Amino acid sequence: MRFLARRLGFYLLTAWAAVTLNFLIPRLMPGDPVELLVARMKGNVDPAAIDAMRRAFGISDANLWQQYLDYLGNLAQGELGRSITFFPAEVSTVIAGSLPWTVGLVGVATLISYLMGTSLGVLMAWKRGTWLDGVLPAATFMHAVPYFWVALALVFVFGVTLQWFPVSRAYGLDVMPGFTGEFAGSVVYHAALPAVTIVVASMADRILGMRNVMVTTLGEDYVVMAEAKGLTSRRVMWAYAARNAILPNITSFALSLGFVVGGSVLTEIVFSYPGIGSMLLKGVENEDFPLMQGIFLVISLAVLVANFLADLAYVVLDPRTRQESE
Amino acid sequence: MKIKIGIGILVFFTLMAVLGPLLIGADPAATGDDGLQGPSAAHWLGTTQTGQDILTQIVYGARVSMGVGLLSAVIANVIAVAVGLVGGYFGGAVDEVLSVLTNIFLVLPALPLIIVLAGYLPQRGVASVAVVIAVTGWAWGARVLRAQTLSVRRRDFVQAARASGEGALRIVFFEILPVLLPVIATSFLATVVAAILAEAGLSFLGLADLSTVSWGSMLYFAQNGQALLIGAWWWFIPPGLCIALIGTGLALVNFGIDEIANPRLRTVKVKART
Repeated sequence: MRFLARRLGFYLLTAWAAVTLNFLIPRLMPGDPVELLVARMKGNVDPAAIDAMRRAFGISDANLWQQYLDYLGNLAQGELGRSITFFPAEVSTVIAGSLPWTVGLVGVATLISYLMGTSLGVLMAWKRGTWLDGVLPAATFMHAVPYFWVALALVFVFGVTLQWFPVSRAYGLDVMPGFTGEFAGSVVYHAALPAVTIVVASMADRILGMRNVMVTTLGEDYVVMAEAKGLTSRRVMWAYAARNAILPNITSFALSLGFVVGGSVLTEIVFSYPGIGSMLLKGVENEDFPLMQGIFLVISLAVLVANFLADLAYVVLDPRTRQESE
Repeated sequence: MKIKIGIGILVFFTLMAVLGPLLIGADPAATGDDGLQGPSAAHWLGTTQTGQDILTQIVYGARVSMGVGLLSAVIANVIAVAVGLVGGYFGGAVDEVLSVLTNIFLVLPALPLIIVLAGYLPQRGVASVAVVIAVTGWAWGARVLRAQTLSVRRRDFVQAARASGEGALRIVFFEILPVLLPVIATSFLATVVAAILAEAGLSFLGLADLSTVSWGSMLYFAQNGQALLIGAWWWFIPPGLCIALIGTGLALVNFGIDEIANPRLRTVKVKART
């Protein structure tokens, strides 16, 4: 498993980089965040809040190196400081409350988008020269559409004009959260439009990427050979061509995750979905630097974990990565 | 064909950004007492809640949106060229460090980082927003350029330059760089799309300079002016459409270049499978 070990090493390094970046940003950016906040509130700040904030940043009279060690120590205990917006709540508590919504929404939507986009890409490469080519210009256009604009259009058509779907919140005001069918139904109903937004906006990349690799693969000799042997089209398409074409596709999918997450942040905000994206905006608007930074860190780590999962899929699909270990 | 359509779209928007404001002349921020009017002869694309003409805003917004896109793409590509070429040419420890740095920036989610950085900016002017976007957007170009440099540095003309005693930096930037210009061009176009989208997202969140009219800030005011609930589709459709069209134009040019490099990707004259 040398491949996985190497990847894991890289992710640990990247996680450390994200953590360090998080430490450096407030120190490198112009201005002292604490003083910025105090000035903005015209001095009407609870001294406890200022104190908490200084502690959250690890800003003290100690030298930079000592501050960094203190920061790492706090982080190791899951200590992200206290939120200014929701003072005196811990940042970690605020994040824990909103993270499940985002993971559920973005996770499911990304999976649907990946499966649909990749299958469509395979099909379009296979049926090249037919009416399916008509999808190409549409996909090129969708590839450049901002997520939040898709969200606005869906809200306008299906939310406001047709009134088919709710346009904000994660579940209805009239249902009690709990393990009931009613609550689950309400959650799915409310997640419909945001999920469709993410699927629609992110699918084009998968279609175009998969089609291009697949078209190149279809020219390979082993595909021609498989066809010459008289294997069924379905078998040649999926078991011979698509199986090989999917490898670069997984890599590009993993790299696009950061982009999808960024788009999801904007989507959540349009729908006032109570996920981590809406929280991030709240943090920025309220100059809630500890919250902002905690969220950035959590998003970065989540993307790293997702990347590692993509690597695992790669190992399952590509026997060569497994042979290296022998 | 693709390239022609793509270039056509880009020329249209460039002319709009450069000449449009001169032709229109009006102030995009000027308010009127005929708010929330749909498209009409007086206002081709209707008006906002405060009676601002949407067509005027679109034309002026093109300057800011495309300007920020270009500026940050230039900055991002300068970083990408420096990191990619230096790493690819020198190899060894330098390359290791630069590669890891590139891969880290490739994996970290750009928009959340941009949002956090913008949150710390004391003033969010056009230039500082462009810099923040560039800082998070150079990695893909650097990765592609490094791979290309690796293959170019073994070529005869590079060996010859080295044998004739040219300095390493001179070889990198005067011998290898010109050969990679097509690669830099495609990476540049892709960066422009990403930067325009990032600027739009940032403005939409109200985190860019809201006193200048850009397509993103138009969407911010449309959203906050309840354009959706009022049914003022003419307010939020045009700016998003412009962003998507310009992205389509840039992508078409890029895909066209890909097809020249890889003829199998072309759609024409292929017999359909059954």
